Amino acid sequence: MGRYVARRLLQMIPVFIGTTLLIFLMVYALPGDPVRGLFGDKGADPAVLKALRHEYGLDQPVLVQYWHYMKDMVLHLDFGTEIASGRPVTEILGDAFPVTLRLAGMAFAIEAVLGIVLGVISGMRAGKAVDTVILVVTLLLISIPIFVLGYIFQTVFAFKLNLLDPSVSDATDYSQLLMPAIVLASVSLAYVARLTRTSVAENLRADYMRTAIAKGLPRRRVVGVHLMRNSLIPVVTFLGTDLGALMGGAIVTEGIFNIHGVGGTIYQAIIRREGTTLVGLVTILVLVYLFCSLIVDLLYAVLDPRIRYA
Amino acid sequence: MRGAKSAKWVAIAAVVALGATACGGGNDDGDSKAAADPNGKFSVEVGEPQHPLQPANTMESNGSIVIKSLFSGLVDYDSSGKIVMVNAQSVDTKDNKTFTVKLKSGWKFHDGTPVTATSYVKAWNWAASPANKQTNSFWFSDIQGYDDVAPAKGKAKADTMSGLKVVDDNTFTITLSKPIPYFVYKLGYEVFDPLPESFYKDPKAAGEHPVGNGPYKFVSWQHNKQIEVAKYDGYKGPNAAKNGGVVFKNYSKLETAYQDLKSGNLDVMRQVAPRDLPVYKQDLGDRAVDQSYSAIQTIAVAFYTKQWKDIDPKVLQGLSMAIDRDTITKTVLQGTREPATGWVAKGVLGYQPDAAGDITKYDPAKAKALIKEGGGVPGNKISIQYNADGGHKEWVEAVCGSITKATGVKCTGDSKPDFQSDTNARDNKQVKSLYRSGWVLDYPFISNFIRDLFGTKSDGNQGGFSNKKVDDLIAKADAAGTLEESEKLYQQVEKELVNYMPSIPLWYYKVNAGYSEKVSGVKYAQDGDPILTGIQVKK
Repeated sequence: MGRYVARRLLQMIPVFIGTTLLIFLMVYALPGDPVRGLFGDKGADPAVLKALRHEYGLDQPVLVQYWHYMKDMVLHLDFGTEIASGRPVTEILGDAFPVTLRLAGMAFAIEAVLGIVLGVISGMRAGKAVDTVILVVTLLLISIPIFVLGYIFQTVFAFKLNLLDPSVSDATDYSQLLMPAIVLASVSLAYVARLTRTSVAENLRADYMRTAIAKGLPRRRVVGVHLMRNSLIPVVTFLGTDLGALMGGAIVTEGIFNIHGVGGTIYQAIIRREGTTLVGLVTILVLVYLFCSLIVDLLYAVLDPRIRYA
Repeated sequence: MRGAKSAKWVAIAAVVALGATACGGGNDDGDSKAAADPNGKFSVEVGEPQHPLQPANTMESNGSIVIKSLFSGLVDYDSSGKIVMVNAQSVDTKDNKTFTVKLKSGWKFHDGTPVTATSYVKAWNWAASPANKQTNSFWFSDIQGYDDVAPAKGKAKADTMSGLKVVDDNTFTITLSKPIPYFVYKLGYEVFDPLPESFYKDPKAAGEHPVGNGPYKFVSWQHNKQIEVAKYDGYKGPNAAKNGGVVFKNYSKLETAYQDLKSGNLDVMRQVAPRDLPVYKQDLGDRAVDQSYSAIQTIAVAFYTKQWKDIDPKVLQGLSMAIDRDTITKTVLQGTREPATGWVAKGVLGYQPDAAGDITKYDPAKAKALIKEGGGVPGNKISIQYNADGGHKEWVEAVCGSITKATGVKCTGDSKPDFQSDTNARDNKQVKSLYRSGWVLDYPFISNFIRDLFGTKSDGNQGGFSNKKVDDLIAKADAAGTLEESEKLYQQVEKELVNYMPSIPLWYYKVNAGYSEKVSGVKYAQDGDPILTGIQVKK
């Protein structure tokens, strides 16, 4: 087990270098230049342009730029400075990530709990009326685009019923984050419910289930331990990758509810060709993804006694 | 017990704040003529400023509205484009080359230090130096000695411009490298604001916590969330605030801001999103704003391409007459623009209606005839470059359709993914045929729309238009003895432009905005921004 984890951690290093280099090269390849972009429609003074380019090292070859950037990041945890605002990227990340973390955490909790509960209910009653109702609801959620859902929620709950605030003015207030979190969770919730249902319905007929019932175990234990543990493997896989996706911010949802999280920050950084900000953000996201997938793999062993990592 | 101590202070601050705002609720009697509360704060929708809040480093609208509230320059303009003295007592000149500036005495920065002639001269020299990397530094290029401070090539020969001299505490002189009769107009731009001594100790920190001399003093900046400013009680200028302060609220989507405006969580908007345009007048009633401001949209010509290099201007006149501006502004643009009749926008000193004569009128038959007379469009095909992230696609397609329908010339939109790629193509002279160009005023004098766009060496001239006769006329207008004379000569240049067609004027911009029931006296200036100091908050 320990050796397996160590090997997985070592495998992260090439993945990490590869992804950051790829992003760095992609931003570099886009037409446009962040320094020239500061001047908009008006021409710029060539001396100032030169001074700015030199300050941010943009006059060096791209691989040299990458080397310096990664060196500072690994040795001093210095993610560079954003060109337009002159703020350190660590500060920008520190602004954006806590907000997204809260939103993603809430959305994740909603989709995991509700999704699994709905999935188990419809899996246990496969083919009955309840199952059909849940099927229709989940299909509806999957097929409505998120921006439609967002505006519907805003109109109904904020303007018609006056229950919630239409937009988020304070990102530390969980009651304001509730509506965007529900919107964000809705699509994934549907997937979780579908996955759980299929898995539960299939495992109900498994041999070990029959054995458990024959042994005279209480129903609670049969369903809660024997059925659930084995049925959750595909669900956990999905939830793991989805947590990474949620951490990447939801540009559309954040825009509708005026949340200043990772999604909007990434979007702005791309528009303005702020390579340093973008690579900083993506670096964190890559790490999040890698750890998520490791934890998912380890959970398999916990859930299914037949899986063992030597 | 540090925690306890700070908590106590917070509590005291909260009590003081509650006392100061008198807990605005409770007396809401729905009376529209409610008395104004001189200490009331209101909120404006503004995005995150791109740059630190340094006057010479701000050139986009999100930053400049904040800078304008914190700093006051020498002069400002009224709505007709006339000069108003703000921090200056007088700006006099005999030859339009040397200007003597006298300051009003007794002005102070928000940190209590006096505003003197040195505050201005030192600030301008600091901003002009390329080492300080201020994006607006080229604004000082009219001043004598700028080339020594910021040479295009090589090392700087001096750190101060020889054209700036401090005479005494309240007087300094500006000498230009050549006479400009309308130089006073340029002085209204934020780049010419003064800076306090504390600024130079740490310019970076000053960009985060600016100390100005304007009607409002800085309170706080929570990045990506809001910026707060409060009324500065010691302000001596003509435009003292009639309210207690402003909160610039950050919205990433105008649609969301509009929802907040309707529900009373936001007081003033600068622009309504296209989605809400059809309904905003019904929603807001007399609180909806619809007025023109000084900005123009044109189709500029890439004269460096094979297609347009030796083109007969008649062809461009023909293309211009093939565009049905009335219909496009009414339908596709939902009445947010006004058909242009010349190259100079409204609200600018020197604006003349119908300057371009017939060529902005829609006349398919004449358009066809003119193009034929001029020898036709080379390749019989044009494209219009635009940035896809600016909401231009719809009208570009409409303009293209209008041209093709009237003249049979094939026309397509050449879309670039974002503004960065768009400017990049323009800078590198890679525009294939025509491109969209917009221009918002820097200062309300006619030269800003002519010299700064069509002079051979101007920064705004990206299409490579170059005509000796136009350059000579501009030089003549710049050399005029008085402002009025210069204005007249520039008006003649504008009338002349029809014969050269450096660009095709399309339409003027309009402000389509609105405000909440909590505020009154909301007016918008020539640059399309609300005039913050005049807004009153109802009790």
